[in-house]
Amino acid sequence: MDNPYVVPAIVAVTLATVAIGFYGLRLARTTSDFLVASRTVSPTWNAAAIGGEYLSAASFLGIAGLILKYGVDVLWYPVGFAAGYLALLLFVAAPLRRSGAFTLPDFCEVRLHSRRLRKLATAFVVFIGWLYLVPQLQGAGLTLSTVTGAPYFLGALLVGAVVTANVALGGMRAITFVQAFQYWLKLTALAVPAMFLILHWQADGRPQVAAADGLTFPRDTVVVVEDRAVLTLPDGSSREVTPGEELSFSAGDQVPKVSSVDASNGLDWLLPGDESGDRGLFATYSLILATFLGTMGLPHVLVRFYTNPDGSAARRTTLVVLALVGLFYLLPTLYGVLGRVYTPQLLLTGRTDAVVLLLPGEAVGSGVLGQLLAALVAAGAFAAFLSSSSGLLTSVAGVISTDVLAHASDRGPGQRGSVRDFRVAAMVAGIVPVALALNVASLDVSQVVGLAFAVAASSFCPLLVLGIWWRGLTDAGAAAGVLAGGGAAVGAVLITVVGPPLSGWPATLVAQPAAWTVPLAFAVMVAVSMATRRRTPADVSTTMLRLHAPESLRL
Amino acid sequence: MEQSTAPATPPERTRIVLAEVARRSGDHDRARADLAEQTRVGDALLRGLMRAQLALALRLAVVVGIGLGALPLLFAVAPTTGSVKFLGVNLPWLLLGVAAFPFLVAVGFTYVYLAERNEQDFIAVVRRPER
Repeated sequence: MDNPYVVPAIVAVTLATVAIGFYGLRLARTTSDFLVASRTVSPTWNAAAIGGEYLSAASFLGIAGLILKYGVDVLWYPVGFAAGYLALLLFVAAPLRRSGAFTLPDFCEVRLHSRRLRKLATAFVVFIGWLYLVPQLQGAGLTLSTVTGAPYFLGALLVGAVVTANVALGGMRAITFVQAFQYWLKLTALAVPAMFLILHWQADGRPQVAAADGLTFPRDTVVVVEDRAVLTLPDGSSREVTPGEELSFSAGDQVPKVSSVDASNGLDWLLPGDESGDRGLFATYSLILATFLGTMGLPHVLVRFYTNPDGSAARRTTLVVLALVGLFYLLPTLYGVLGRVYTPQLLLTGRTDAVVLLLPGEAVGSGVLGQLLAALVAAGAFAAFLSSSSGLLTSVAGVISTDVLAHASDRGPGQRGSVRDFRVAAMVAGIVPVALALNVASLDVSQVVGLAFAVAASSFCPLLVLGIWWRGLTDAGAAAGVLAGGGAAVGAVLITVVGPPLSGWPATLVAQPAAWTVPLAFAVMVAVSMATRRRTPADVSTTMLRLHAPESLRL
Repeated sequence: MEQSTAPATPPERTRIVLAEVARRSGDHDRARADLAEQTRVGDALLRGLMRAQLALALRLAVVVGIGLGALPLLFAVAPTTGSVKFLGVNLPWLLLGVAAFPFLVAVGFTYVYLAERNEQDFIAVVRRPER
């Protein structure tokens, strides 16, 4: 695609991110400024920053792509991604802020005083962080190669390097401003083209998005085949195609079905439920459980709560985040739906993640307006990769510097590390996922992110909820629950990524594990805690007082 | 409450005003002392607050669980609901694509309002002068 505006737009976003980072660095004078922004961030800024950090490649590109492919059933992704903040608000936000914990390992230490549990939590934070970082970097590679034709590794390397340098040099203070800026950029980058898309769709006479007799090409289209597959043509005949073959269709031709791309069509796309019956229902509930409960266990989300001045501010911030995130999620659905009309060729190639990037150009046309809109969307996508990766990297680097590097030095564990430790940790935390993203075979962006949610929901969600609301939790119970539930979810991730392809119930149980791993984690945590009742911390009442009593009492 | 500050930074200065000390340690502050010293009264107060907050959170979680969580089951049990159209859009698209988000924000707003009120009640009990 020859679009003279795309590269300048991406460069501008990257430069703005770096520039705001350096501006923030000038303001950061003390270690506390550097790590937690000295808690002078207002709830609105903080909420925009959380939103900016949260809306990742999966939200910006992945959801629209999934909707294009599967239709109404995957609307649970955006709903769940938003509802996660409600669960966080109801059960965790204020007490977590009042605990004074900066990271999840900190929370383990505050609540249960266990070094070993702290180490276990550190391991899970690093695993979830890296699991979530890899698809961000892959998304960057995909975006850059889609819009400019650059090789895949360049995008991953570029985002990895910018983010690592920015986190290592700027710290959290810088990141807060960067993230808040990124939220508004992402919203604009989807909202402005969306308005043009709707106007264009109206002007076209509102073409049907779910015609029962199949989709048609809106214009003459040439599709280059990437994988060996069997096409089922509208007249019922089938034909084998090989990579490199060019297929040309003229406007009004029906879109054939491709064996290598799993997508829903016609009424199946429009209406909920699918032919797999019980398994489909199980997968839906599993997805709901993972996204509703996983958000509270994501390390880069929790870190932000420490920047609120008190528990009530943490609640208000969470509510604003819920509103901001909900506002954003109205848009990807629109892209997925209109993608049916204007970019049906993506259903042939299977690269549906690119729908957000290609739709403005395809629908509005290749004039200056279409090119500008395409550049805006590409810039927004880069904002998504930069901001999510920054947040994840900050939190992974945070736990590495306080729990791994501080152990190595003589300050002792749990002490807030020095700025230099944090920088070293940021380098380490950044290099590993870049290396993984360059080497791991291409994984589906949204699927990997969904698995990260499942791991968080089956490890940290029970730990936080029971730790905050149940006095009987013991360190042994917490560790057993995290190992059982989180361990099972990690196993499911590894099987999905490197294991053999499965079918039937095993495939469903492994691809959407949350519906059995979350109850397992809760059950094991409660049972082992009851069995080890003597290990209940002696100061549990003091801790509970600290978690739940309003700060204004100044106890 | 801060358990962690950089070793290099000096402890924060605290301004102590005698009048405040006198006010703070007055007898009417019995409940606060009960809380801080974890007497039986203080413990009961805290348990009451936790129970109120947890009950509130669980009630609203049930509202969301029924409001959203029942939808996949509804669509599976009564597939015809999926084809109902409202404003030209199929009901599931409207519910999940649009209506779910304001619903979540409304539940969140209710929670913040009621949770703050629980805390105000708690503060009022703790601060109430001894009679």
